[in-house]
Amino acid sequence: MKLSPDQPLDLAEVLRDLDQYRSKRKGWTWRTKTPDQVIGPFVYKDTSENLKHSIPLPAAHAFGDIDPQCDFVITTEIASGRFEDDLRRMRMAAWHGADHLMVIRTTGQSHIDGLIEGTPEGVGGVPITRKQLRATRKALDAIEEEVGRPINFHSYVSGLAGPEMAVLFAEEGVNGAHQDPQYNVLYRDINMHRSFVDAAEAKKILAGAGILQLDGAHNASATAKEAWKVTPELLVQHAINTAYSRAVGMASWQIALSTVPPTAPPAPKLRLDLPYAVALRELFQGCTFRAQQNTRYIESDILEATVTHVLDTLISRLTSADIQSTITPDEGRNIPWHYHNVAGVNTARQTLMGLDGLGEMVALKDDGPLRTQAREIKERAVLFLEEILASGYYAAVADGQFVDSGCYPERHGDGIIRDPAGGDGAGTVIPRRPDYGAPVCRHFGDNVYGRDGAQPCAAYGGCTLCDPEKIQYLDELDPEDNVTRRLERPLAERAAGILRPEVEKHGDGVVCVTLFVPASPSVAEAAALAMARRMGLDQPEVISRRVMHPAEGSVFEIKGVLDVAIRLDELPVGAREELLADHDIENWVRPRNLHVVAATVGEDEHSVGIREILDIKHGGIEKYGFHCHFLGTSVALERVLDAAVETGAGAVLISTIVTHGDVHRRQMQRLHELAVARGMRERLVLVAGGTQVTDELARACGLDAGFGRSARGRDVASFLVRKLRERTTG
Amino acid sequence: MTFPARPDDFESRRARLQSMSDEELHAYFWSLAERIVAPLIEEARTHTTPAIERSVLLRMGFSSLEAKNLVTQLNERGLLGHGAGRLVLELAQARNLSVREAGTALLAGRFWEELPR
Repeated sequence: MKLSPDQPLDLAEVLRDLDQYRSKRKGWTWRTKTPDQVIGPFVYKDTSENLKHSIPLPAAHAFGDIDPQCDFVITTEIASGRFEDDLRRMRMAAWHGADHLMVIRTTGQSHIDGLIEGTPEGVGGVPITRKQLRATRKALDAIEEEVGRPINFHSYVSGLAGPEMAVLFAEEGVNGAHQDPQYNVLYRDINMHRSFVDAAEAKKILAGAGILQLDGAHNASATAKEAWKVTPELLVQHAINTAYSRAVGMASWQIALSTVPPTAPPAPKLRLDLPYAVALRELFQGCTFRAQQNTRYIESDILEATVTHVLDTLISRLTSADIQSTITPDEGRNIPWHYHNVAGVNTARQTLMGLDGLGEMVALKDDGPLRTQAREIKERAVLFLEEILASGYYAAVADGQFVDSGCYPERHGDGIIRDPAGGDGAGTVIPRRPDYGAPVCRHFGDNVYGRDGAQPCAAYGGCTLCDPEKIQYLDELDPEDNVTRRLERPLAERAAGILRPEVEKHGDGVVCVTLFVPASPSVAEAAALAMARRMGLDQPEVISRRVMHPAEGSVFEIKGVLDVAIRLDELPVGAREELLADHDIENWVRPRNLHVVAATVGEDEHSVGIREILDIKHGGIEKYGFHCHFLGTSVALERVLDAAVETGAGAVLISTIVTHGDVHRRQMQRLHELAVARGMRERLVLVAGGTQVTDELARACGLDAGFGRSARGRDVASFLVRKLRERTTG
Repeated sequence: MTFPARPDDFESRRARLQSMSDEELHAYFWSLAERIVAPLIEEARTHTTPAIERSVLLRMGFSSLEAKNLVTQLNERGLLGHGAGRLVLELAQARNLSVREAGTALLAGRFWEELPR
């Protein structure tokens, strides 16, 4: 499957012949770091290889459209509920620099004792199934070709089906996975014996498949009452999962610590978070660091969340990180919208580009409060470990030692308590008999097969990890709840050229409007909702409110459903064509030495508009390398064509502002007729502009294009290049 | 039983740690973590679960539905301690069947009497 940047992802093609598809790559991949890389006018210190296709940061156009890529892998978490919508979101995120795409599971999958098959719709995530994984990996294999960088696909190996999920991930080319038995125990109330026994098998499978493992300690800071007090416990939870993973045989690089700076302003964030970040990196040297952004203190204000996430990313750069995870700035108010995934990714890359090379100029102090506080957190963690060891891990959980809001050894008596004999899956752990055997690769523990280095699956020609042909692919089990049924309407609408707004699922109609109302908060809110209804929004809901002043007014963001479908053929012709990128225009124009003649024609002294289209200082077409000959105002059409002959111009731009007696229309028609009469029409691109000119009108008058009031130099240049290129290529 | 509330007595508890260098403290940290997980790993080495057994059958070429059904039936008969994969493989060898043929035969209700007790 090959993608074309100007075509949407072909979902029917993604789903075709999935039973035959094999992922083209397995295991985790890092970016290729490129020290002292020259990009545009700058030398970068902390970047990796550029992308083939991407959307640069907005200000990049002032620096030649450069799009430097940082050295950290960038993560975004995706949770639309429909995997087919996830795929489009992944493609957008990849174009903005994400290369670790984490798919959240549907609510409750942890408690299903077995695998799900097919593509049922999820809530707050998608059901992870073989078909969903395979289709997603197939789409990502194409997307990574399109952007020119490997993409790591990630999901969760927790819950009651951990070992099976791990097999699925290894078989289907998933590259990263959460696996932490403590998460099951503390947050999912899955029986602790079951959870740890399953985890050893799952970790062994992940280890063999080169899959990067993330732990779950960040959940303790996301759920703590006072997140800055749980830092000793975070070190303890990381240590238990890390020690367990190493005991199973996982390499240190595969063990990624999921670490979050615990606080957010107005707390003195860096002073609290830096010592923890330093202590963690010193204790866990050799492991991989997946720096997460804060969710504990995220509210509905997108700007506030973004500033916190910038500071989180600053901590990553000041200490270290291998992966910078991002949180969508709208996570505090709804299930993330797709364009907020992109916003979150941009926060990280904008910050990291801004901090490039910081390490050459700034370093953390080797003395003072940073050192003493880092040491204190480590000692508190050591004391915690001592107390766990005294009773054993299971008894410590039963005692409520974990997720207590006190800063260890302080205890508030409010920790999570789990019964070692209780929880989901209790009583399902079975002793292996002396003849126990599992004739497969990457099996953990006592086993009659594979002793003395023998291949454990040799007796029957190899397991699925050795021979993928043996994998049993199931398609759909539910004839109604599946991707094919869900796609019927979207694909039909796409084929019919119908467009609707969306934020999450295809054509969901959701839009967001910002309203300031000058009244006290509750009055203003009621008025804002009434205004949203008047705009035609169905089910309007305030998703963010901020008081500017208790009496002067408040600003609201309101989401609602706009039940409007626009047909493509309702749109003006020019609107259907995308503008060429600045560098594409310039790369085509500069080497060709192209001349353009321009004038305001007739009895017309207006020149502001056409100067804006031409002049370099207004962003006009000169900046792309066109040689512009502006003849002035009130110029006769004959003189314009004479000048075109003299300069060898390929295009003529006329400005016609005066419309009295339809003079603008007559000027356009005459230009075309004169050019025909002189035998020049074929080799000249004729363009008109003016406040009352439209593309439709100009074409009706025989010209090639018309540009109205809102046109900019880039619109004209993009059109000229397309038209001239068409002529040279025939 | 909830762990009783306790004031922050860190200053007195830390006294014996303060003489350690950072390196010694780090080594002690890891020795504690390893000792905590040692009994958990031992349990994992010597035990299995329905999920592990299903993951073995998946690797042997069974679908998730087949694996679940087989493991449920083997578990009801108290046979999982032998290993689901071993039972299926040995049946296949004894009957000169492929692994998949042996498993689907069990799912069809055949050969159960030939499995070990």
